[in-house]
Amino acid sequence: MLKLDRKLLRDLVHLRGQAAAIGLVIAAGVATFVMSMCAYKSLEATRASYYDEYLFADVFSATGRSPNAIVPRLKEIPGVAAVDTRLVYDVLLDVPGMSEPATARLISIPDSGQSRLNQVYIARGRMLDPLRTGEVVVSEVFADAHGFVPGDRVRAIINGKVQELSIVGIALSPEYVIQVQPGTILPDDKRFGIFWVSENDLEAAFDMAGAFNSVCIRLAYGNRVDETIEVLDRLLKPYGSVGGYTRDEQISHQYLSDELAQLRGMAVLAPAIFLGVAAFLLNIAISRIITQQREQIAALKAFGYSNFEVGAHYFNLVLVITMIGTVVGIGVGFVLGDAMVGAYDAFYKFPSLKFRPDWLSVAIAFWLTSVASLVGTFFAVRSAVLLPPAEAMRPEPPPSYRPSLIERILPPKTLSPEVRMVVRNITRRPVKASLSVLGISMAVAVMILGNFSLDAMNYMMDFQFRLAQRQDLTVTFVEPATESVMYEVQNLSGVLASETIRSIPTRIRFQNRSRRVGIMGVEPDAKLFRLLDADENPVRVPDFGVMLNTKLADLLGVKIGDLVIVEVLEDKRPTLTMKVAALVEEYSGVNAYMNKQRLHEALLESKVASGAFLKVDPNQIETVFSELERRPGVGSVSIKDAAMKSFEKTVAENIMVMRSFIIVFAGVIAVGVVYNTARISLSERSRDLATMRVVGFTNGEVSIVLLGEIAAFTIAAIPLGWMIGYALAGAMTTGLDTDNYRIPLVIERGTFILATFVVVASTIVSAWIVQRRVTQLDLIGVLKTRE
Amino acid sequence: MTASTQTTVFRTVDLTKTYQMGEVQVRALRGVNLELLEGEFVVLLGASGSGKSTLLNILGGLDTTTSGQVFYLEKDLTASDEAELTRYRRDHVGFVFQFYNLIPSLTAKENIELITEIAVSPLDAMDALEIVGLRERANHFPAQLSGGEQQRVAIARAIAKNPKVLLCDEPTGALDVHTGIVVLEAIARINRELGTTTAVITHNASIANMADRVVALSDGQISSVDINTSKVNAGELQW
Repeated sequence: MLKLDRKLLRDLVHLRGQAAAIGLVIAAGVATFVMSMCAYKSLEATRASYYDEYLFADVFSATGRSPNAIVPRLKEIPGVAAVDTRLVYDVLLDVPGMSEPATARLISIPDSGQSRLNQVYIARGRMLDPLRTGEVVVSEVFADAHGFVPGDRVRAIINGKVQELSIVGIALSPEYVIQVQPGTILPDDKRFGIFWVSENDLEAAFDMAGAFNSVCIRLAYGNRVDETIEVLDRLLKPYGSVGGYTRDEQISHQYLSDELAQLRGMAVLAPAIFLGVAAFLLNIAISRIITQQREQIAALKAFGYSNFEVGAHYFNLVLVITMIGTVVGIGVGFVLGDAMVGAYDAFYKFPSLKFRPDWLSVAIAFWLTSVASLVGTFFAVRSAVLLPPAEAMRPEPPPSYRPSLIERILPPKTLSPEVRMVVRNITRRPVKASLSVLGISMAVAVMILGNFSLDAMNYMMDFQFRLAQRQDLTVTFVEPATESVMYEVQNLSGVLASETIRSIPTRIRFQNRSRRVGIMGVEPDAKLFRLLDADENPVRVPDFGVMLNTKLADLLGVKIGDLVIVEVLEDKRPTLTMKVAALVEEYSGVNAYMNKQRLHEALLESKVASGAFLKVDPNQIETVFSELERRPGVGSVSIKDAAMKSFEKTVAENIMVMRSFIIVFAGVIAVGVVYNTARISLSERSRDLATMRVVGFTNGEVSIVLLGEIAAFTIAAIPLGWMIGYALAGAMTTGLDTDNYRIPLVIERGTFILATFVVVASTIVSAWIVQRRVTQLDLIGVLKTRE
Repeated sequence: MTASTQTTVFRTVDLTKTYQMGEVQVRALRGVNLELLEGEFVVLLGASGSGKSTLLNILGGLDTTTSGQVFYLEKDLTASDEAELTRYRRDHVGFVFQFYNLIPSLTAKENIELITEIAVSPLDAMDALEIVGLRERANHFPAQLSGGEQQRVAIARAIAKNPKVLLCDEPTGALDVHTGIVVLEAIARINRELGTTTAVITHNASIANMADRVVALSDGQISSVDINTSKVNAGELQW
């Protein structure tokens, strides 16, 4: 080993505290990056191969009773590679041991024993025998939630008749990687399941022999999907199609895409923050080393080491620290990535979701960290390279100090000498001071960024499910129900209040944009299902015109007063021109609303309802459930509280794990910045501090000089960190704004307090470590050596 | 052997140097004309601030001139670029500094090897330590050596590359009399035995007694040049 490299290693050992602090910041950035990239690649690759192998469709359409005779024409649509037609019905289940009804989506399996598209993966048991009646294959999450195994039986209320089904298999489908009941936004494994049953059974039960009500299409490569959908819609229009849509509007696919986008965002943001801080820390640490080694540099140059060799020597030191941090970060990233994929496995159902190391991101991590640290230390190392040897030989001239502005404003002698030293030190190098403040504030910001999602989610849940939607149950009817049915439901004993709704599938167009969206006709003075604005105030349902939620308005590019074209995709299919009368705030879905009475008028129909919101006496809720189950018209019942609780539980578990990592990572930044800054102050001032001790200052007074600066930096950093955290959270909510959900920019006071607490605690710990060295100052030794 | 037949190793012509020290401008040299001959032991004598260190640094290619010329074996150092100066220092010059400038993280032997690794025809590191009488201290770190020992390691490091010239800046400045003499003996021995042209700068007039020639500087100019006819051994010096 070259002697210069040996010097490097010994310098590194000498610097171990600082090097470790910097290495950890790098490791935290790399770990987050590698974790997100590996999780991203694992999820993406698994999804892609699952979609491919099990023939996930590209286009979906629900329709009314459509004859099989039209299938050849569907196959001839340009761009279509394969067509699958099937029967899909939502029915209520009577699950033993569960008083509330669960909803099952029945999907037909043709005689061939496997769907043509969206094929079913049998996880346990076997595929149903299409020629036998009463067999069912149940989706895994639902089966697991109820402890169903092949051989168990379950009762479904199919078209009004209770039918016993025998579970023969437990399965997964690319169409339901995550199972979310239509009309709701949260997965509720216990109350919504997918049931695959034989086509013959469904045809018989719903009197649909020779017909279908759902189409899936797989496209050939390179075709314009819009055109395909246009032709499809035209062909199915006479049979009551509600419009075709692509994977982008398919819920399970949307969830996965949102998750992938989130991972990609994290993979960009984390390295930007952590490596920025690391570059700054390396800069101050290397600058200090170079100052300390001025005379060593002079000696090296005097003996003929070239500028290049000297520069390379210091860059190597930087790179060794960086590489160690990177390698540790990659290891931690793999572990975290594996854990993250494990957490996904509980949420997203694939035949096999395995962690895959992404070697490209490992290579990128090395490249990123090297570039960040070389850029960060470039000027410091360049100053060493350019330092003329003769000048390096002379002791460094005393730094120029000036009385600071504060001192000039305040009357003389207001500040003690210690405080004056602190103030002058800070004002002498304002850039370094600002960067130190910025560094610490990034720790605060990371804490806020990492924790605000919980606040936002709590707010979102609160807004959506406590302020806006105050019903207990949402009931949907299989067919629009007449007034008598509504009356019956409303007067069930135990139902305290009810509101009926009429929802219709539509396509809303504005200029060249259009969107498939359900319009819900609501009662003008609704008490259960309320529409709110961003300030949580109820928005009155206008007599005329349509109300859009802000996301939909955004997608269509409309504002209040614009005229939109509403194509109704049901029954008589009128096309209406409506004025946008109001906007409402919603954090999930894209929805439109209007006055229910006006909707009936526009559709030229009598008072019918597609569903109802019920407020139920908690003591009688079981009676209500069993009454609802008995009614053939009831298609599904969703229970708000149950869905919320199960979702909150799943998310809370994941968030707690994430939160502890974020606290560690924010602490790493705080300790990294504070420890380095304090350590460097100590080394720069040890002579001054020892001199002060010699002339009679106490350890405490000397510590003020050392730690006053850190305290000032931290105090300045906290409000700045709040602001940066808020801004980053704002950027993140914009980045994660999807059709499925929006994250409100809500940060609770507790999050600010926690961020402040963690950073202050980290500061105190690192200051304490450095402060201990003040008491160990070698008073005589320090004065003897020449700096 | 008389001075006139010896090769001129260094020749300076109207050398001046002004530099910035913090907020102060220092005129270190104001027109220095000097020749150093091969194998000569020259002492540059002067008070603190007389410009002697600046002169030595310029001769050693560590510093540049403000005006004037410096020739090393008739090569114009003032016309050399950074890379040429580096090569010149690497191949021809051995330095000894007042504060030793050893690398604290390397042992005595490693400090010497640091230089021999890049030299063209170096001595063995252990042989160099032998010359300064510190063979048994080879594996000690600078912090484990006394000031005199550190300076002898620095001398061993300077000569280990087998330099043409040995430039010593106040080599005894930080040492007591006894250790100072040991160090000077080591320098004199190298000059005598290896024939290395040696320039020692000092503010200590008694050291002049061991030189072939004494150049006195004051206020950035040469005030006198004396040929020493009664050269004494370092051991006989008194201060």
